[in-house]
Amino acid sequence: MGAVMSNTDFVLAVEDLTVSFDGFKAIDALTLYVDKNELRVIIGPNGAGKTTLLDLICGKTRASAGSIKFKNAEMSRLPEYQIVRSGIGRKFQTPSIYENLSVFQNLEVSFPRGRGVFGALAFKRDDEVRDAVQSVAAEIGLADQLQLEAGLLSHGQKQWLEIGMLLMQDPELLMLDEPIAGMSVRERELTAELLKRICKGRSMIVIEHDMEFVKQIAHKVTVMHQGKILAEGSMEQVQADPRVIDVYLGH
Amino acid sequence: MTRITMNRIKPWLDRSGMGSVMLLALLLAVVFPLAFDLFRLNLVGKYLSYAFVALGLVMLWGYGGVLSLGQGVFFGLGGYGMAMFLKLEASDPVTTKIQSTPGIPDFMDWNQVTALPLWWEPFRHFPFALVAILVVPTLLAFVIGFAMFKRRVGGVYFAIITQAVALILTVLIIGQQGYTGGVNGMTDLKTLLGWDTRTNGAKYILYFLTVALLIGAIVLCSSIQKSKLGTLLLAMRDKEDRVRFSGYDVAMFRVFAFCLAALLSSIGGALFTLQVGFMSPSLVGIVPSIEMVIFAAVGGRMSLVGAVYGALLVNFGKTYFSESFPDLWLFLMAAMFLGVVLAFPDGLAGLYANKLKPWWMRRRSRRSEATDQATAASPGRPGGPAGTPAGGRSEATWGLS
Repeated sequence: MGAVMSNTDFVLAVEDLTVSFDGFKAIDALTLYVDKNELRVIIGPNGAGKTTLLDLICGKTRASAGSIKFKNAEMSRLPEYQIVRSGIGRKFQTPSIYENLSVFQNLEVSFPRGRGVFGALAFKRDDEVRDAVQSVAAEIGLADQLQLEAGLLSHGQKQWLEIGMLLMQDPELLMLDEPIAGMSVRERELTAELLKRICKGRSMIVIEHDMEFVKQIAHKVTVMHQGKILAEGSMEQVQADPRVIDVYLGH
Repeated sequence: MTRITMNRIKPWLDRSGMGSVMLLALLLAVVFPLAFDLFRLNLVGKYLSYAFVALGLVMLWGYGGVLSLGQGVFFGLGGYGMAMFLKLEASDPVTTKIQSTPGIPDFMDWNQVTALPLWWEPFRHFPFALVAILVVPTLLAFVIGFAMFKRRVGGVYFAIITQAVALILTVLIIGQQGYTGGVNGMTDLKTLLGWDTRTNGAKYILYFLTVALLIGAIVLCSSIQKSKLGTLLLAMRDKEDRVRFSGYDVAMFRVFAFCLAALLSSIGGALFTLQVGFMSPSLVGIVPSIEMVIFAAVGGRMSLVGAVYGALLVNFGKTYFSESFPDLWLFLMAAMFLGVVLAFPDGLAGLYANKLKPWWMRRRSRRSEATDQATAASPGRPGGPAGTPAGGRSEATWGLS
């Protein structure tokens, strides 16, 4: 069965992916392809398996069957840190930052150098690191808060900081789980602008519920339902799909 | 002139956090030798050998967030490594000629062992013994740590497993008394490469050696804390998954912290043997291992210098109380541990950073405000109240989490 999986031009090729928890199939023979430089948004009702899908791709959860190929390399059996080093970045649903470290340190720790034990011991804060931190901080609008303890940031700023930490790694595939949850209207606008800027030169998968926000950023939308893909296409196509309407209104 | 030098040195001390280390060095290397007689100083030296274990626990438990209740294992391995060398040197054929097999340690002879076991042979050589003291515990910590942390065993389960290792090693040492000296341990250690370690002069030298190595260990640990590795250890304690999904192999960083703690403990154990003149399983097992955690907890598990004070204070208390109230000592120690954990979770260092220092700063700024008001007419105020330095604050908040 594994031999059927073919090499593709896609950045990410998820094929026949299944994961079951005590017999319950949270992801059920799912197949999904993401193009180079594409910003894909995944929507779907609660419990559709959206977050589980991201967990599987980044290695947090192990697949029961199927394959996950990133640039044609199999990811599903690699340890998490190697998946990250291959170029996949993942932002968690609740902001996951180091509250006790400064904004600068949060970004610095995410810089992809000195990742081994002895590398970290020998790591020096040189101009390359400082420049990278400065440019990412400017991108996420935290250039003036670099010395602030990250725990003191507002909720929206914490979300941006975590996105910034991923940008430090310059991943080829960036996965964001509900990046605007808990944000004000103004912050949502800024985040939409940010995502449009940072998707240049990389692929992104975004899970989101806010349809207005999805319309603003999505190149293509995938609708998930009960661990399967229900529909895929442009926002207009998906919104007009009777099955999608049924799932969203029928419950 | 001196004022200018002081003005330059003080900010450096504040910034690097080396002020408290210098103060400790001064206390250990100057004040104690002047204030105590040799008997008490030798006791301090013994306590300082425990302080190495406490330092390791600051790195492993305070920074790494992993509690080991089996550090006595590594203390013991270091101590026994040194004791084996010293015991062989003390067991030359001439002094042991009344034994049925001269030239082997006395306890072997008592247990009808007739030849030196093969694995004892290399301990005739001092360089080998030194390397073994440094390598064996580190290697054991690597194996245990790798097996546990790679499987993501942590927290209580890890603590229990380290207890089990401590128990296993104690049982092994006691059970194999023909090879280890059993419950009595290794006693009658006399000379190190022909140098009598029991003389007054030797005791002074060993004390200063311990102090020098301890200060060196503090400087080393503090440079590790300041490196990216130190930041990562803190980050891991806070948000393990975020570190993992930033491309780090979290397990290997924990293995490193565990190996470092084991290495420090082992050095402490070797210095203990040298200063006290014996090594026994009573320093290896579960109870001493937990006592060592108490040293770090009382001193403050986030503070290297605090851990040394913790080790000194608890052991002074132990010596004093067990001399005066032998039956009450254990209860007192338990009360002290509970009191510290409940009232000052960051130990003495936390008490200083969170309570004493802010109080002192407030007092000082109030006083300088008063002088400001008094001299309000005179222009140009030379350096007003500086406020709490950033280092102090972040130290305090880290400890609180």
